[in-house]
Amino acid sequence: MTALPHGTSPAAAAAAAAADEDDALLTLDDVVKHFPIRRGIVIKSEVGQVRAVDGVSLTVRRGETLGLVGETGCGKSTLARCMTRLYPLTSGRITFDGHDISRLSPRAMRPYRRQMQMIFQDPYGSLNPHRRIGSIIGDPFAIHGVADGPERKRKVQELMELVGLNPEHFNRFPSDFSGGQRQRIGVARALALRPKLIVCDEPVSALDVSIQAQIINLLQTLQSELGLTYVFIAHDLSVVEHVSDRVAVMYLGKVVEIAERAALYSTPRHPYTAALLSAASVADPDRAAVRQRIVLHGDVPSPIDPPSGCRFHPRCPKAQEICGRVQPDLVPVLADPPKHVTACHFPMADGEKLGPAPAEPADAHPPGIGMR
Amino acid sequence: MPLLEVRDLTVSFHTSDGLVQAVRGVSFDVEKGHTLGVVGESGSGKTVCTQTLLGLTPGADVSGQALFDGRDLLRMSPAELQRVRGARIAAIFQDPLSSLHPLYTVGWQIVEMIRAHRHIARSAARARAIELLDMVGIPQAASRVDDYPHQFSGGMRQRAMIAMALALDPDLIIADEPTTALDATVQAQVIELMTKLQTEFDTALIIITHDMGVIAETADEVMVMYAGKAVEKADRRTLFYFPHHPYTKGLLESIPGSTAAGERLRPIPGQPPSLISIPTGCAFHPRCQYVMDRCISEVPPLFDIAGGHTSACFLPTQILGLGEDVDRERASAAAAGRAENGAAARLAARATEEIETAGVHLPDAGVLAGAGMSDRSRGPRTSQNSPDDAGTQP
Ligand SMILES: Nc1ncnc2c1ncn2[C@@H]1O[C@H](COP(=O)(O)OP(=O)(O)OP(=O)(O)O)[C@@H](O)[C@H]1O
Ligand SMILES: Nc1ncnc2c1ncn2[C@@H]1O[C@H](COP(=O)(O)OP(=O)(O)OP(=O)(O)O)[C@@H](O)[C@H]1O
Ligand code: SF4
Ligand code: SF4
Ligand SMILES: [Mg+2]
Ligand SMILES: [Mg+2]
Repeated sequence: MTALPHGTSPAAAAAAAAADEDDALLTLDDVVKHFPIRRGIVIKSEVGQVRAVDGVSLTVRRGETLGLVGETGCGKSTLARCMTRLYPLTSGRITFDGHDISRLSPRAMRPYRRQMQMIFQDPYGSLNPHRRIGSIIGDPFAIHGVADGPERKRKVQELMELVGLNPEHFNRFPSDFSGGQRQRIGVARALALRPKLIVCDEPVSALDVSIQAQIINLLQTLQSELGLTYVFIAHDLSVVEHVSDRVAVMYLGKVVEIAERAALYSTPRHPYTAALLSAASVADPDRAAVRQRIVLHGDVPSPIDPPSGCRFHPRCPKAQEICGRVQPDLVPVLADPPKHVTACHFPMADGEKLGPAPAEPADAHPPGIGMR
Repeated sequence: MPLLEVRDLTVSFHTSDGLVQAVRGVSFDVEKGHTLGVVGESGSGKTVCTQTLLGLTPGADVSGQALFDGRDLLRMSPAELQRVRGARIAAIFQDPLSSLHPLYTVGWQIVEMIRAHRHIARSAARARAIELLDMVGIPQAASRVDDYPHQFSGGMRQRAMIAMALALDPDLIIADEPTTALDATVQAQVIELMTKLQTEFDTALIIITHDMGVIAETADEVMVMYAGKAVEKADRRTLFYFPHHPYTKGLLESIPGSTAAGERLRPIPGQPPSLISIPTGCAFHPRCQYVMDRCISEVPPLFDIAGGHTSACFLPTQILGLGEDVDRERASAAAAGRAENGAAARLAARATEEIETAGVHLPDAGVLAGAGMSDRSRGPRTSQNSPDDAGTQP
């Protein structure tokens, strides 16, 4: 068990137990991020809150890759920005390397900021087109006043070499580089200050599969060479399966299941996980034609006004009366080991097939558009 | 006659760095009711190619022909093209948020779209908008029609885009990365919806995507692009199980599969070329493990391999597996692969590789005459090779 700071919630204790090791690099305890909605010309909704992340507890172990998946808009990017403290928290606690960083001022955050970096999805949008890539990669050195002049240049060129860029291209502009090379620039910049943790938010989504494979291999090489810890967000479930040691599944602002990769992919417990995995596309025409897919009805409900009880209940084929009333805890279910936790009153047994979605509730699809 | 017949489409842009040859002589057909999948390297010209058909690449030098229902899209006046666009050809773009105007309700935008092309009353257009939103599965369409785009989730916006694309019963829909931003469940809904509507209305579809899974599920024919050219065209099964072009095979081998979890992926070494200074001969030659002397000096045309399967590569088709024996061997390898773990494409590709390696060393392989193996095939591929690529070299 990880030694936890005082006043830790049971959820965090469970999450730490799920980590099953003394080796937590980052611990989130009931992290909440709400965005206020303001009255305006465009937004006509009354004042309220987008509950983008609504009580997430999890642990990231030193040296591992934690995959993070979930429905579009469920709060993955918001959680990523909370982890690295790019967003202030609404409430909750974040412990990084044994230190509580939840409420540090930007100034006090500085030494930690160096140790946690992000890589973003868009290799085109996230680089300023008017700056030379040498200075883009050197930014972190400048910001943290780490190295100057020729020393900075040398360090930048080392980084370029490390990520497979030609160091002589120091003076080129981002437009001279392909999408894959630009993503390498993003990786180099993230590595500049030798962080311990890198949060990758869809780092390969916009790239073709071959360049995607290059970047994934690069990230894995760097991980073993530099002992990095990754949080890896992606929609492509085969990519997540390939890179992750453990996988966390989010639904509407909450984590609904966390398990080791093999366990999650072979015996998903949460019905949403099962539906998500069954929907993954298969790059094989014959297999794609025969596989069985559980297609969920309806859309993700609004994070402004999430459903009561289990948030998945309006769309869950297994929902019963209690699901709408009582929010399930994220705990080991059935005979699962402590490191496999699920938030569901009626988890899926081994080999259980999820039935069709529930009889059309008012907010689901009209008849006739039901998807297979 | 195909619905769309593109011939020798060439598109280039003048930039301060030089001439960007984004599309270099691409030809393809799309039949009524069929789906053409387009895959390829980032920056290989997929988007430019289709946007040019819609007149959306202002300032570009365009040549070639694009016959839509017998009339050349590239020679239409802007007014004519405007009438075709929307009414007969609709487009769905990658980012639905940026293609819907944030300041107008979704319903208003559909109504205006309809009324720009059809003389019908606002109330009738609104009824049609609701009907369409309902058809694409927007819950409570009659009230959601008055929502602004930001009030829709990503999946709903993408469906609203589809509703808009369908508003005028187009004959052709061009969907550029329609599911890239979506999670697997929403992606499945969107794909299912598009194919269902397609069979219902006999609409032709061009889908551009990086996701080989989407291609495997939707495409009738597949076109693979590299550096502004179509390098291989085939029906879906042929492309996945019997690819010919080394780039196509490289793409298929790069896909992470469940069996490979934890192992290293096998990307194509090297980087895509600059479209300002495209390599001589076969544009893929600096990255190709089978490169031969002639690949460096001669541009390979699209060779016919078998009914409808074409590949722009000098490698012999016999050795590569369309000879009977090899074909049988690979078919059974593919079948075995499917039965076990579904990595049919990988297995088939591996089988080919073995055959190739054997093949190219046969002194009497007549097909290789004049195609002496270059020593480039052994040496380092390119100066841009990255350390992590090293492990992937044979
Ligand atoms: N700055 C913001 N202000 C208000 N709402 C926001 C803000 N950022 C995100 N949201 C909302 O919070 C929710 C979660 O968004 P987030 O971007 O974290 O989702 P995501 O899981 O990353 O989705 P995707 O898979 O589409 O990237 C969404 O409903 C989104 O609209
Ligand atoms: N308006 C323009 N001016 C100059 N170059 C352009 C212009 N539009 C596109 N290009 C260039 O043309 C090439 C082809 O771009 P295109 O967007 O078609 O690629 P793509 O195959 O769609 O790539 P991706 O898979 O990354 O979307 C790129 O090198 C791009 O930089
Ligand atoms: S708690 Fe109930 S509604 Fe929620 S996932 Fe489990 S069975 Fe479904
Ligand atoms: S073998 Fe030659 S023609 Fe074929 S892809 Fe390789 S370099 Fe191009
Ligand atoms: Mg996101
Ligand atoms: Mg594109």
